[in-house]
Amino acid sequence: MSFNSVESLLDASRDLPLWRAVLEHDCQEEGIPPEQSLSRMDALWQAMKSAVADYDPARHSASGLVGGAAARVESSPHPIVGGFVTQVIAAAMKTGECNACMRRIVAAPTAGASGVLPGVLLPYQSQYHTSDQEMVHALYAAAGFGQVIAARASISGAEGGCQAEVGSASGMAAAALVSLHGGTPEQMAHACAMALKNLLGLVCDPVAGLVEVPCVKRNVAGAMNALACAEMALAGVESAIPCDEVIDAMRSVGALLPDSLRETGRGGLAATPTALRAAQRLRGGAL
Amino acid sequence: MNIFDIMGPVMVGPSSSHTAGAARIGRLTRALLGEVPVRAEILLHGSFSATGRGHGTDRALAAGLLGMTADDPRLPQSLVLAREVGLEVTFGSVTLPHAHPNTAVLTVTGLSGRTVTVTAASLGGGRVQVTRVDDLEVSFSGDLPTLLLRNRDRPGIVAEAAHLLSAHGVNIATLHLRREGRGGLAAMVIESDQPIPEELLQALNTTDGIVSVRYLDPEGGV
Repeated sequence: MSFNSVESLLDASRDLPLWRAVLEHDCQEEGIPPEQSLSRMDALWQAMKSAVADYDPARHSASGLVGGAAARVESSPHPIVGGFVTQVIAAAMKTGECNACMRRIVAAPTAGASGVLPGVLLPYQSQYHTSDQEMVHALYAAAGFGQVIAARASISGAEGGCQAEVGSASGMAAAALVSLHGGTPEQMAHACAMALKNLLGLVCDPVAGLVEVPCVKRNVAGAMNALACAEMALAGVESAIPCDEVIDAMRSVGALLPDSLRETGRGGLAATPTALRAAQRLRGGAL
Repeated sequence: MNIFDIMGPVMVGPSSSHTAGAARIGRLTRALLGEVPVRAEILLHGSFSATGRGHGTDRALAAGLLGMTADDPRLPQSLVLAREVGLEVTFGSVTLPHAHPNTAVLTVTGLSGRTVTVTAASLGGGRVQVTRVDDLEVSFSGDLPTLLLRNRDRPGIVAEAAHLLSAHGVNIATLHLRREGRGGLAAMVIESDQPIPEELLQALNTTDGIVSVRYLDPEGGV
């Protein structure tokens, strides 16, 4: 059995780091040695970095709706914040754009939300000069929380809306940041809970049904939210609602969402006149 | 779900269900055919049909038929590559009653003229479920070595197959048995923890009462 509550995850982390508890638990389940699991996770981390390194602003998605935005953010002549925060925006966008342009990315937990974790982790590594090994450990922390979310709620937009994709990724990324920055397992749980709460109810309404609009920019929202929630948790701010209860609430909100707002491309932004025109134009070339 | 169902796979975008899952369906179909495919007629159902082109579902399925995995950077060019290696692929739409919205039906012919028709659904996160092989209703993921046996419905045939597996040190993970009617034709779908060696396949093939053997090796390339 994988972890099906944050409480059990915290229990398992009493005598060892949370990432280690996740690693050991999974190795036991899968019957594989830790080195094998670690090298597999390292491959994912390297792939996250490659996706961002290979970003080409000249590339556009098949529909033409996505491309070149991250480069514009990076070269903005007059940014408000700049530095680390601008890097977060750019890294999340680059991954999202690569995904839309059929480049190689890491689904974490899904392709649609693939920009959130690299969005915060890559800038963190360049800012704090952490080793790849420490970054890989943070991915275990993220995966542990992701496992609970998948078990109690969902990580699929078709089931739970965008809160299940970008929301879940944001909660996982917040926990990963707290883990990297020396926070406690409890603080990771608070960070994850706060990140999920902030995106609760987020609908999945992709224009023309494609993982492009609004997905790429929502990855930025997920990454920025993770950063803010990790910062709050590390400062000792707590979520008033425990993480498990937040995840359960996310599940019931997902169940209450109408079909039109769960990855069918029929409601929300997908139903706007501009989106309908885009869909019409694309349908000319549909299968 | 294990942690690598949450984290990963590494894949060519944009959609784990419409792209990565589709590539996997293509690759499993190639493995079920058991040889190099030269012609494929692919029918798309539901969301696969509606948004498939924008998600590269067509290219992902063709890439899988060419033996590529979901992270192969050549995936977006697969339709061109297919033409180059002499694999003719056509696409159409179909409406299947009660099918998962991301379902494809692939009828594939190999070099020797052998054909197989596979229906499979992409469940999300790159995971898939094969629901039909030729006229046989099935339910397997292709994550494990999988045997599809057609057998006569007579006493002892399941025991004989199980005995052959055990004699080769192969542990049965799941076994599904169904028959068309009493004393008629039946089918076994066996998922195992170990790959099936060639001599075991031959032994099954020559067992009296076993009419046909198909083997899906999830690690194997054709």
